[in-house]
Amino acid sequence: MEIPQIIGAGLIVIGAGLGIGKIGSSAMDAIARQPEASGKIQTAMLIAAALIEGIGFAALFAA
Amino acid sequence: MKIIFHMLLRINKKCTFAPNFRNVKKLRYLKDMVISNKPLRFIIATFVACLPLMSFANQEVDSTQVHVEASHEQVAEGHGEGTHAEPTDVKSKIKAFIGHHVLDSHDFSFTQDDETGESWSVALPVILWDEGLHTFSSAKFHHGKEVAESNGNYYVINHHDGKIYRTDAAGTITENEETGFPTNIRPIDFSITKTVVSILIAALLMILLFSSLAKSYAKNGGIAKGPGRIFEPLVVYIRDEIAIPNIGEKNYKRYMSYLLTIFFFVLFLNIFGLTPLGINATGNLSITFALALITFLITNLTANRHYWGHIFWMPGVPKPMRIILAPIELLGVFIKPFSLMIRLYANIFAGHIVLMSIIGLMFIFKSWLGSSLSFGLAFLLSILEILVAFLQAYIFTMLSALYFGSAVQEHHHDEAH
Repeated sequence: MEIPQIIGAGLIVIGAGLGIGKIGSSAMDAIARQPEASGKIQTAMLIAAALIEGIGFAALFAA
Repeated sequence: MKIIFHMLLRINKKCTFAPNFRNVKKLRYLKDMVISNKPLRFIIATFVACLPLMSFANQEVDSTQVHVEASHEQVAEGHGEGTHAEPTDVKSKIKAFIGHHVLDSHDFSFTQDDETGESWSVALPVILWDEGLHTFSSAKFHHGKEVAESNGNYYVINHHDGKIYRTDAAGTITENEETGFPTNIRPIDFSITKTVVSILIAALLMILLFSSLAKSYAKNGGIAKGPGRIFEPLVVYIRDEIAIPNIGEKNYKRYMSYLLTIFFFVLFLNIFGLTPLGINATGNLSITFALALITFLITNLTANRHYWGHIFWMPGVPKPMRIILAPIELLGVFIKPFSLMIRLYANIFAGHIVLMSIIGLMFIFKSWLGSSLSFGLAFLLSILEILVAFLQAYIFTMLSALYFGSAVQEHHHDEAH
């Protein structure tokens, strides 16, 4: 676990966190606008979150 | 146990009270002493809260001396000759514990006695192809300590990478100086290892469960009863929310059986991994590779003209751009199932390692506060892992459905993509 690996892991977590945070925030805005569509929005949010996490884990592996 | 049970029951009963017209005024202040109106839940909660006390159960103060001496001798004798010191301190014990949970092994071991080294385990068959079929029980390896002999060839499990190599009678493994990898011959390994047993169990469970479910529908006139009540909403959800929106009304039936199989297979394997048996099937790159490979084959072998058209000569894009985008799209054909594989593997593998490390943390902090906190954290993380199990099964199924949908897409008459 050398320094470049640790820095890389930190950057990956920042990237994944920012991405999922943005999705979460826009999902919240959308649910606030239209509470009856919250089921679909939740589903879409989970899908996008899983895709971003996929990249995050793949990169975490390389680092 | 029974004494404690009755004591707890009496403590709880003293605190609750049933309102009664005669004593309601006098005893109203006792209402504050109610811990829980449901005695069974109270007892279970107390039991669970006392579980961190188990961290005091291991006594290693006396045995470490003996073990340390023995390991020094062995290390002095021959370094890397096939015998290695037993883990003595807490950290390496935790590493061995994590390794047992997360890595594959040739025997199904349930528990181990640290002092005597005895272990309760089921030795699984080892099947090798090395110019001839060699089948023997992995008990011959004696947990990696001995050389197994079969039809004149000797085999040994290498300690560094856990693989089987052919050696001579003494069990020597000659290592390549540059790479550190052994230069012995590796036979092709078809063994029934712990992971193979777990996927066979999952498959058997699915066959029994769903065939009995199908028969129960005929008996009950189209209404689900018993376990069917849990599985019917799941199956209907997969059909109505995953298959039909992504694949379309015309073709979804062809892919339904595969989507259902994938969903329940991944789900059951993920949940098996959360038990203390040390089964880690979906956290194994080979298993997820096989599942992603099947998705890849089904997508590309049942694809129609428009699928390939969209990859190589996509409509709605200016012609020079198409030449640039075509190789990228071709790469995408391989990367999409690859990402399926990595996503499932990394989620489950990382989750298991973190969970086991936190449980191991419980034994490093040998104090009231530290152990209880890490126990609580491990408990909450286990609940999160259950969510992750469902979520990952759902995501795998949904993305597979998405890829199938793009494989059987119809011709759009609009050009704006």
